[in-house]
Amino acid sequence: MIQLIKMAYRDLGRNRRRSFLSSLALGVGLALLLLMAAFVNGEMNSTLDNTIRLQSGHLQIRAQTYDETKSSLKWVDLVENPEPLIEQIASLPQVKAATPRLYASGIVSAMNKSSGVRVFGIDPLSPANAPYSEGIVNGEYLSNDDRQGVLIGQPLAEKLELSTGDQVMLSVNTSNGDVDEQLFTIRGIYSTQTYGFDSSTIFLPLGKAQAITQTENHASAIFVLLQERDQTDEVVAAMQTSKYEILTWTEMNELILQTEELSNAYMSLLYLIVLGITATVIVNTLVMAVYERTREIGILSAIGMKSGRIMALFLAESTLLAIGGILIGLVLGSLVVGYLSKYGFYIGNMGITGLLMENRIYTDPTLEDTLSLSLIALVITLIAGLYPAILATRLEPVDALRAGQ
Amino acid sequence: MEVTKIQNVTKSFKTGKVETQALRGVSFSIESGEFTALIGPSGSGKTTLLQLIGCLDLPTSGQVYVNGKDVSHLNRNQRADMRKGTIGFIFQFFALIPTLTAYENVEMPLLLNGHTPTERRTRVNQLLESVGLAERAHHRPDQLSGGEQQRVAIARALSMKPALILADEPTANLDTPNGKLVMDTMLRLNQETGVTFVFATHDPRVIQYARRVITLRDGLIVANDLVESVSIGVKE
Repeated sequence: MIQLIKMAYRDLGRNRRRSFLSSLALGVGLALLLLMAAFVNGEMNSTLDNTIRLQSGHLQIRAQTYDETKSSLKWVDLVENPEPLIEQIASLPQVKAATPRLYASGIVSAMNKSSGVRVFGIDPLSPANAPYSEGIVNGEYLSNDDRQGVLIGQPLAEKLELSTGDQVMLSVNTSNGDVDEQLFTIRGIYSTQTYGFDSSTIFLPLGKAQAITQTENHASAIFVLLQERDQTDEVVAAMQTSKYEILTWTEMNELILQTEELSNAYMSLLYLIVLGITATVIVNTLVMAVYERTREIGILSAIGMKSGRIMALFLAESTLLAIGGILIGLVLGSLVVGYLSKYGFYIGNMGITGLLMENRIYTDPTLEDTLSLSLIALVITLIAGLYPAILATRLEPVDALRAGQ
Repeated sequence: MEVTKIQNVTKSFKTGKVETQALRGVSFSIESGEFTALIGPSGSGKTTLLQLIGCLDLPTSGQVYVNGKDVSHLNRNQRADMRKGTIGFIFQFFALIPTLTAYENVEMPLLLNGHTPTERRTRVNQLLESVGLAERAHHRPDQLSGGEQQRVAIARALSMKPALILADEPTANLDTPNGKLVMDTMLRLNQETGVTFVFATHDPRVIQYARRVITLRDGLIVANDLVESVSIGVKE
């Protein structure tokens, strides 16, 4: 076996450039796929993290009748006096933060420009709202007793040409179906680096939001952040409320999870296409080698090498080319993926409706992707390598020997 | 004892729609320890006959026996097994594996037959010594002269201690001194080890070495003569 591998290695060394280029083709293909896999993984993870952090939380507790799509503000659709329940939830060790939120839809107008917005009534002091307070790029954050102030996102401020201290007119729906209108002052401008969110969300202190929407001590939902994503099930099991509905991040972010599934299926197809193409390069190299070495195959056969062993020799050559290619791919892939996982790359406002994508994507390589892609590359190359190997064994020793004369 | 026996053997080849008869019914036998030349002009069937005896090909009709065994109907792997243990080959072109050193080329048949590393080392060193190439053991074929390559091929052919060594125009690509050296080596090994040599040639200098000369013409044997014994280095 060792002798066979030694022979295969030396055979590949006869035409070093050709062997290297064949391995390089596989290496570049593999590096590209590792990059794609890490890119999609990074994008999906960051979108999911972002959505959980900014919008859905790990859990939300809502009234059974609450319909998210309608932003209903009817009292029956809301959580009444959420504080005792919040205290109970916050006492669970897995819970990082639990805070009431009121969601309403409205229109912000300034001068002759206006824009539809989602109004978030929040408790400014809750750690769950840190992403907004930490994202202040101009002016200051909200305080609980602020009755006039509003926070708006940077893209919205740019669109409406507003800056800190400017006044805006905000119209919002109220619990009884009317529309109320009030003048607010922009206290601060925030950015979460997520265009889809920042361009359409404004913040009011919860008390003020409840006052303008006439919802008094009600909240649309209790927003819960956990220490870890995978603690969700145990926390749901620990929470006992029959009155309200508990929604998990998987239920609230079906679109992202479906997109991830779809992109995984698409990626698998891409793997096969790219690796299929690179495998043909290796097949081509080995078929050339079989024709060039026809006489030698005849000699080996004449001195008693059986078909199986001749086949094994060529399979060993494709294995070595594949291993070389995989090593090249892993080195190239790690360099590119490593760089982009640290510095990321800017995609700008390439948001997809319903997905909160950050404007910079960082690759997120996984060991599982790396191993499975390397294995797929090896298997596909070996399957493709069967053809030249079988071709070599089909040569009749007499014809093979004649080829050299 | 007969090393090989050929009975009414014919062999025809088809090239497109044209059928060529390379052998038209040939019979003879070769005893163990002989040093036999197959001679005749190009196209007379020498190489074809060697290939049939060497189990590289099958006859169209008739029987080929090697070491008492009928090899006329063996499949590819059975023939490979037969070659591996019984027959050694020396080709006109210096048929060494270019990526292997002289040592490794001689070792290859032993490897294929599952000999232990110690057995292989002893045997290969002894064989290279006997063909005068111990010093060149770790050179690759492209670092050896034509004569040296052919002597490595002789050592390789002997490695499995075969009953029979078949050589197809072994000196055709060599100059006179190297050709002589190769033939001297073959004859010496024949006398020392008793291994049977059958070689195809049309080189008169080589024919002189033979103790039996079988002459072929147009696929038929036209003469089968015993010659007086020869000794190494006498023929010039």
